[in-house]
Amino acid sequence: MFREITIGQYYPADSLLHRLDPRVKLFGTIIYLISIFVAGDIFSFAFLALFLVMIIRLSKVPFSYMVKGLRGIVLLLVIAGVFNLFMTPGQALVEFGPLTISDVGLKNAVLMTARMIFLIIGTSIMTLTTTPNQLTDGLETSLAPLTIFNVPVHEIALMMSIALRFIPILVEETDKIMKAQMARGADFESKGIVRKAKAMVPLLVPLFVSAFRRASDLALAMEARCYHGGEGRTKMKPLHYEKEDRLSYVVIISYLILLIVIRIVL
Amino acid sequence: MSLILDKVSYKYSTGTAYEVTALDNVSLEIKDGQFIGIIGHTGSGKSTLIQHLNGLLKATEGVIYYNGQDIYDKDYDLKELRTQVGMVFQYPEHQLFETTVFEDVKFGPKNQGLDDKEATLRAYEALRSVGFPEDYYDQSPFDLSGGQKRRAAIAGVLAMKPAVLILDEPTAGLDPKGRDEILGLIKKMHEKSGNTIILVSHSMEDVANYVDRIIVMNDAKVYMDGTPKEVFSQAKDLEEIGLAVPEVTYFMMELKAKGYDVDVAATTVEEAKREILKLKGINA
Ligand SMILES: Nc1ncnc2c1ncn2[C@@H]1O[C@H](COP(=O)(O)OP(=O)(O)OP(=O)(O)O)[C@@H](O)[C@H]1O
Ligand SMILES: [Mg+2]
Repeated sequence: MFREITIGQYYPADSLLHRLDPRVKLFGTIIYLISIFVAGDIFSFAFLALFLVMIIRLSKVPFSYMVKGLRGIVLLLVIAGVFNLFMTPGQALVEFGPLTISDVGLKNAVLMTARMIFLIIGTSIMTLTTTPNQLTDGLETSLAPLTIFNVPVHEIALMMSIALRFIPILVEETDKIMKAQMARGADFESKGIVRKAKAMVPLLVPLFVSAFRRASDLALAMEARCYHGGEGRTKMKPLHYEKEDRLSYVVIISYLILLIVIRIVL
Repeated sequence: MSLILDKVSYKYSTGTAYEVTALDNVSLEIKDGQFIGIIGHTGSGKSTLIQHLNGLLKATEGVIYYNGQDIYDKDYDLKELRTQVGMVFQYPEHQLFETTVFEDVKFGPKNQGLDDKEATLRAYEALRSVGFPEDYYDQSPFDLSGGQKRRAAIAGVLAMKPAVLILDEPTAGLDPKGRDEILGLIKKMHEKSGNTIILVSHSMEDVANYVDRIIVMNDAKVYMDGTPKEVFSQAKDLEEIGLAVPEVTYFMMELKAKGYDVDVAATTVEEAKREILKLKGINA
C-alpha cells in the first residue's frame, strides 16, 4: 500500500539516459533547475517543455509512472497557487468580496505552478534513471575537490547512499508490520487525530526498533570488513566519460544558452 | 463452513517494471477442521497465498468465500474476518510493540472490543497454552530470545480465539527442541479444538509428521494437493521443483530398491518402524 511512492525510485530500463555518466546527469539537472528560473515567458516555457518532452522520451520511463509521483504534491501545488492568486497586490482583475485576483497574482500563480511541476518531473527523471549507487558515486566524484577544505565528501556520499538504500527497506517493513497488526485487528483507517495517533503506536514501535537494529547490524558488518573511510579506497567501477557523455554536456550547455537567448530576444 | 478460493490470481506492483505474478489462477477449498501444510521453495507464493485468506491482500482476479460469503463484497466486514482467521507472520518482530509481553498479547482481544478483564483472561490462557515461561510475562518483548518471541507472537493471535489459524513458518530460526515443542503444541490445539490450521513450512519433516493435507506451491501455482502419502509418493516430481521428501521416505525407497517388500509411502519414522517390523513378522 506504500509502494505507490515513486519519488526517488529507480526505474530499470535500457535507454541513453540510463547509460549516461551520473556526473553528466547531476550537471544536467543543475542546469535544468537554473533554466526553470531563467524561463519566464510563454516562449521560454515552451522551449523548456520541448526539452523536457525530449528528455522524457529518451528516458524510456512511462510518463504515467512519473506523474504518479506528482500526486502526492497536488495539495501543495493547489495551496501555493491559491495564495499566489489572491495575496499578490496589483491591478485587480476579478473581485469576490474581500478577495481580489490581480494581474500580477494570476501571472505569479501560473508561473509558480508551472515551475513546480517542471521542477519535480525534471528532477525525478534523474532519480528514475540513476541507481542510488551511481548517484552517490557521481556526487562523490563531482564534489571531490572540496576535500581540500576539509569537507568530508566521502562520508556524506556514504550516508546518502545508505539513506537511499534504506528507504525501500523501510517501506517494505512498514507494509509487513501494518499487515501483522491488521491481522490482530488494528485499525489504521480510524478517524480523529487522537485515535489516529494512537493507532500508529503499534506500527511505529516495531518500525523504529527494526531500523535501529538494522543500522547497528550494518555498522557492525562494515567494521567487521575493516571499513575505515574513503582514504586510499579504490572503486570497483570507476567512472569515466564516453563519447555520449561529452556530447550530452554540449547539448545541455547549448540548451541553456538557447533558452537565455530566447528569453532576451523574444 | 469453509474457505474457498476461486481462480485467484495476484500480481505485485501491477503496471510497473517490477510486476510479479505471485499467484496464478489458484483454486482451493479448505474445509473446516483440516490441518493443512503448505510447502514450496522460496518465492513460490506461499506467504502471498495465505495473506489472501484473511483479506490482507486483495486478489487481482478471482473470488474468495468464507462460510459462503464473498469477502470482497462491499459491505463485508474484513475486520471481523481477521478475528475469525488468525494469522501469525513469519517474523515475530513485526508485531511485538508493547511494553510487556502480557500487554502485547492483550492487543488483539482489546481490538475485538473485549473489556480489560476479559482480555487479561484471554492473554493469560494464550500465554499458558504456548508454554511461555511465567517469569517473563512482564518482560519487554524486545528482550526475549527468538523462540520466546515466537511464542509471544503466537499467543498474541491465539488470544483472539480464531476459528482458522494460519502460521507462516512458525519454526524458522528455532532449535530442534523448540521446533518440536511449537509444532506439538499446534497439533495438540488442533486435536482439542478441531480448528482449521494452515501451516506454511520449508521442512518436509515438519509437515509430514503433523498435517493431514499438503498443498505444494510452485511458481505461483498449486503444484500438488493431497495427503502426505499421496504427495510424497511423487518424489521425482517434488525433486524437480527443488523440494525433497522426508528422509524416512528416501530410506524406505532404498529398502524397496534392495528388494525388501515395504510400503514406500511411509512418511514418518513411526510408520517406517511399523513397516519394517511387519517385514520381520512382528505386528507392533
Ligand atoms: N511486497 C512485495 N512486493 C513485490 N513483490 C513481492 C512482494 N512480496 C513478495 N513478492 C514476490 O512474490 C513472489 C512470491 O512471494 P512470497 O512471499 O509469497 O513467497 P514465499 O513462498 O512465501 O517465499 P518464502 O519461502 O521465502 O517465504 C516472489 O517472487 C516475491 O519476490
Ligand atoms: Mg513467505
